[in-house]
Amino acid sequence: MAKKLHNTPNLDELEKGKWPSFVTGLKRLAKDKDIAVDLLGQLEASYKTRKGYWKGGTVGVFGYGGGVIPRFTELKNADGTAQFKDAAEFHTLRIMPPPGMHYDTATLRQFCDIWEKHGSGLIAFHGQSGDIMFQGCTTENVQKAFDEFNEMGFDLGGAGPAVRTSMSCVGAARCEQSCYNEAQAHRAVLNTFLDDLHRPSLPYKFKFKFSGCPNDCMNAIQRADMAVIGTWRDNIRTDEALAKKWFAKHGMDELVNDVVARCPTKTFQVKEIGKIKKGEHISSVAVSATHAVEIDNQDCVRCMHCINVMTGALAPGKDKGASVLVGGKSHLKIGGLMGTVVIPFIKLDTEEEVEVLVDFAQRTIDFFAENALEHERTGEMIERIGLANFLDAMEIDVDPAMISSPRMNPYVRTDGWDDEVAKIKAKKQA
Amino acid sequence: MNAPVQMRKPKETGVPDNKKYLHPVLAKNFGDWKYHDRPRPGVLHHVSHSGDEVWSVRAGTQRQMDVYTIRTLCDIADKFADGRVRFTIRSNIEYMVSDEKKVAPLIAELEKHGFPVGGTGNSVTMIAHTQGWLHCDIPGTDASGVVKALMDELIEEFKHEEMPNRVHMSTSCCEINCGGQADIAIIVQHTKPPVINHDLVANVCERPAVVARCPVAAIRPAMVNGKPSLEIDETKCMCCGACYPPCPPMQINDPENSKLAIWVGGKNSNARGKPTFMKMVASGLPNNAPRWPEVGAAVKNIISVYKADARPWERIADWIDRIGWPRFFEKTGLPFTKYLIDDWRGSRYNLNASTHIRF
Repeated sequence: MAKKLHNTPNLDELEKGKWPSFVTGLKRLAKDKDIAVDLLGQLEASYKTRKGYWKGGTVGVFGYGGGVIPRFTELKNADGTAQFKDAAEFHTLRIMPPPGMHYDTATLRQFCDIWEKHGSGLIAFHGQSGDIMFQGCTTENVQKAFDEFNEMGFDLGGAGPAVRTSMSCVGAARCEQSCYNEAQAHRAVLNTFLDDLHRPSLPYKFKFKFSGCPNDCMNAIQRADMAVIGTWRDNIRTDEALAKKWFAKHGMDELVNDVVARCPTKTFQVKEIGKIKKGEHISSVAVSATHAVEIDNQDCVRCMHCINVMTGALAPGKDKGASVLVGGKSHLKIGGLMGTVVIPFIKLDTEEEVEVLVDFAQRTIDFFAENALEHERTGEMIERIGLANFLDAMEIDVDPAMISSPRMNPYVRTDGWDDEVAKIKAKKQA
Repeated sequence: MNAPVQMRKPKETGVPDNKKYLHPVLAKNFGDWKYHDRPRPGVLHHVSHSGDEVWSVRAGTQRQMDVYTIRTLCDIADKFADGRVRFTIRSNIEYMVSDEKKVAPLIAELEKHGFPVGGTGNSVTMIAHTQGWLHCDIPGTDASGVVKALMDELIEEFKHEEMPNRVHMSTSCCEINCGGQADIAIIVQHTKPPVINHDLVANVCERPAVVARCPVAAIRPAMVNGKPSLEIDETKCMCCGACYPPCPPMQINDPENSKLAIWVGGKNSNARGKPTFMKMVASGLPNNAPRWPEVGAAVKNIISVYKADARPWERIADWIDRIGWPRFFEKTGLPFTKYLIDDWRGSRYNLNASTHIRF
């Protein structure tokens, strides 16, 4: 039995309604745990005054520099003691999830048992960077909890100016759109940088994210310094039985208005069967006895829309891999940035091919560590030095797939033009 | 002197392998899936080239879960789903079953325990959210509470697939925007410069780092009351709060003047148009805990106008591309103020350099 609950009229309002209530969950914990009783007390105070009352500090585990988010209460009595003393220390352990966030219940139950013993019993699946967040631990118990999670085969995630915890989508495990083995790439890359992840010493955070196709379910393009997004180079595959099934259900209006009209490059057409073009870059499939769709794959930007609408009838090609984009981030400091293409296509079928990605990641992090200013993200660094300089350092050839358009101003010194043209010619001949 | 305590060295195991956690049908058909359909909201039906089928049932959770809730979810998995689950990026839980007959009883069991089934396809799925007052050191508002209040309002849209396309939402408790890009995002927007406690700055803050952090160079070192501190050029300050994390004595949060803004039209997917950043369309909403009714009403209004007006497959960004911003403000009734005209770097790209005007 824990101590008596504080009055929480504001939080009680969040027990109403049909969505599962975290307040009801906290109250259940508060039956046995004083730390949960006082957490509710402090949170109610925030709801009353509309202010936060946690401050950071320095708490960690032996051997690592990051991965624990320290929280100490700032709600103090006149004599300096904590108003809610049993939640005066309320640290979070970030633990890295398996790729795709798959679990068995034995593992989840063991997490619960450990966190019931050493922590508050409050767990978030998952934080915005992908960590399992074990919330609410005293300074004394942080090491004990970590040791038990670590013995289970789980490891701390990233925090501070470090390589951060990563996420990958459900991917090849259950999705027909998957274009590479997301879990393999996720582990191969992240587990190369464990030192940079556990011991923050970079200019600022560095995030990797792995999405299996251009639908980008991991939001990699806008929240990862390096986004690995699956794609393919050959033709969209077709299945006539499923195409006819789709058309029988949805009809011509939907085919025209929802698919043809929404193709961003207008390469998707519907035609009478006799008028379908033949050629090595054409995908076509009959949808009825009279009509077929035709896609000129050279004009297709692999946006996924037609495949999303007519899944199964249309599918990504067989020559799969990924595009790698660099520099995505949120607002601070210069404004939000999407990642931009640095490697238009990379094969990731074999361990050796994944190793090429790992090597590129290594060189990017090395360059970032050497060249970024303090508190500068990769995207800001590239904005400052220019993409061409970054590519030069990475020994990557420029490619028009990296731009939306060539430059729109003359403010560039071009006295190396002839040399560059000669280099490109020499490379082509080699 | 005491003998040194032998500390346990961490095993740097990194990201664990997920193979042993995969549902057996998923493990067997890894990389071999052919297509999927959705027999009903909240259920995905995947078919493999091998002919194997799997049904995934998706349910909403509160994300910040107590161990009892997690054990209940585990009991359900043990009973129906071979003891395997996975979580989506938006904190929904998914159960995989290889027998279609198990789908209905699994849904009934989830709903009996209060977990709404839905969040698939063209629904309003669970809101990506942050930590807020519960655990963050710099929050302007709460996260779990805002999300709970909003999802209570939107739960029917979670359980049905009646929107033109999927609606992804996020909330963020400060302008750092940890919640991320979304079709609709709710983000704290401060309206007053930080209030500085000059007694503490010298001891707490690394002053050059704080000066460097300001996006508009409004902070400079100063001696105040004989102590080294910082001062703000309030004519330059746009109240972003970037100085507050590295320097807590520069308090940016204010119960009255920290407002909530609504942003729309963010999209991460490459489907149809390229990924888009969201745009601010409303601000000045009160931080009205515990249930933020003004925010709920504003969000529901945007969702209902979008639902009625957008064509199939139009995300909010696609819809606004078609109808244009004037019509968006007209239809939603949101006031278009001068504060919504971009003046940050690159802002000329957000002006209308054409005579493309809808009347």
